[in-house]
Amino acid sequence: MSVLLVLPIVLPLLAAALAIIAYNQRNIQRIIALGALIAVVIDAAFLLVAVERNGVQSIQMGAWAAPIGITLVVDMFSALMLIISMVTVLSVLVYAIGQPGADQDQPVFHPVYLVMTAGVALSFTTGDLFNLFVAYEITLAASYVLITLGGRREQIRSGMTYVIINLLASTLFVVGIAWVYAATGTVNMADLSGKIAQLPGGTQTALSMFLLVVFGIKAAIFPLFFWLPDSYPTARMPVTAVFAGLLTKVGVYSIIRTQTLLFPQHKPSTILLICAGFTMVIGVLGAIAQNDMKRILSFHIVSQIGYMILGLGLFSVAGVAGTVFFIFHQIPVKTALFLTTGLVEESTGSTALSKVGGMIRRTPLVAALFLLAALSLAGIPPLSGFVGKLGIIQAGLSAGEYAIIGVSLVVSLLTLFSMIKIWNGVFLGTAEDPTLRLAASEGETRLATPLLMRGATVALVGVTLAVALFAGPIFDLSERAAQGLLDPSAYIEKVLG
Amino acid sequence: MSFFSALIVAVLFAVGVYLLLQRTLSRIILGLALMGHSANLLLMVVGGRAGKSAIIGTIGSQDTVADPLPQALALTAIVISFGIIAFLLALAYRSWVLTEDDEVEDDLEDARIAQLGEAEMRRWWSRPK
Repeated sequence: MSVLLVLPIVLPLLAAALAIIAYNQRNIQRIIALGALIAVVIDAAFLLVAVERNGVQSIQMGAWAAPIGITLVVDMFSALMLIISMVTVLSVLVYAIGQPGADQDQPVFHPVYLVMTAGVALSFTTGDLFNLFVAYEITLAASYVLITLGGRREQIRSGMTYVIINLLASTLFVVGIAWVYAATGTVNMADLSGKIAQLPGGTQTALSMFLLVVFGIKAAIFPLFFWLPDSYPTARMPVTAVFAGLLTKVGVYSIIRTQTLLFPQHKPSTILLICAGFTMVIGVLGAIAQNDMKRILSFHIVSQIGYMILGLGLFSVAGVAGTVFFIFHQIPVKTALFLTTGLVEESTGSTALSKVGGMIRRTPLVAALFLLAALSLAGIPPLSGFVGKLGIIQAGLSAGEYAIIGVSLVVSLLTLFSMIKIWNGVFLGTAEDPTLRLAASEGETRLATPLLMRGATVALVGVTLAVALFAGPIFDLSERAAQGLLDPSAYIEKVLG
Repeated sequence: MSFFSALIVAVLFAVGVYLLLQRTLSRIILGLALMGHSANLLLMVVGGRAGKSAIIGTIGSQDTVADPLPQALALTAIVISFGIIAFLLALAYRSWVLTEDDEVEDDLEDARIAQLGEAEMRRWWSRPK
């Protein structure tokens, strides 16, 4: 069974190596990448079933016993994150294969994409703080290449911001690991859980806050979010979509993992709640000020991160369960929104609200896909966003944190407002761009996009609908994940034996 | 010994931060490289006193052996930062080829939004009262 834990990391890396060998054979590269990712999705599904039946799964790499060797460990939280992110990665790969120019003239796209997948999988499965750093670096090194792939001027400019801020965060992460090691003499997270509890309170707070800053930069929480809306929109659309869906969530995952396992609390954390409030408000206000679909959605990434931190900040089973469900819904929804934006861009050549218009008549399918994903993001019942937000809000009310819950409801309304702004600008109305208007008047009523691109987007929106449809069972699993996070004794016992 | 190592860590980090806050790319990259060195050195410092290499068979008494784990961590971190700095230098070269300048550019979209905001403010102040 334990081989299941290794495959999500090893398979994509192996496939990446093979894809490099097939440097100029694009079709072979595609088959390798698709095969590897389909296998990883199946593996993640088996892993989820195994965790559901038998509890936490773990394996010691190289058979070195726990505090010394590298541990891979998957609990319910990791298993949920793993399956939804691998499904998302797979559908974006199909989309990228379908998009003209996304992978054709880029021999390195498939290898680098697979390496990024391996890095994401490793971040979700590792049980070792330093190995988490390595996982981050694998993911980031691949993402640096992906975000600058093509080498256009604005890509280089924003890619530079992205690389520098992430390299700075990585350096701080090494410093944080050094301090943790100096204080405890171990980097194994299960081992740390016991040893950090014995440290003086001040040292614990310092380590906790330092790691929060490190992961906060990666997760783009207030006040460390400014790099994100600046750098994400310039990449190719499949790349932006997968970054939007996954990379910040890896940061949030790390915040949740470290704050619950290493620095457990028994009451709502004021600093997390304040960060959450500002993240939500500033993200959504930033979105309202923008006039471009990609940039609006990029600011919404920041805003939605606030909800995740809010649920964690409550430090109750209900709150963390809401957060787990919310991340589970957010990964496919956010990615699907960017993929529909890509469809708009592919058929009109622009994503500026002022240039595009009247898309509902020409591409009704894209309009429907956007509407479903956007309403889900805003949290309209019965879509999946509603269930996640409801869980977090109920937890907040029962914890008596009324102020922050009020803020989150207002932010929800503003989210709906900016989604309507996109809807009115892009799908209703008329295009200002004369060439687009000409195309419409000449009877070209539908703008075609490649079948694979549409298919992948439909599939991913289907996933978000499935999350809404099976909200009950998934929320049960999220609750079990939250119980495992707030009472990590099973996790620690499994790792240390 | 350990004090001087710690001092070097602090000085490297301070110089790194100073360079990072500059406006030219080459300085920013040098600053990041220095901060990376500082972090790696810190990993060595937290490993405690220097000692014999921890190779099975040559170990005498327990307390004369250096802690090998931070050394392994530092080695990994050095390799990673080496690769990323090389990539960053390539990126900076590409930026120089495209813009013929070493400065970090402003974000055009941000500047545009800021201009819109300012224009809005001016209209609001000069509105008929």
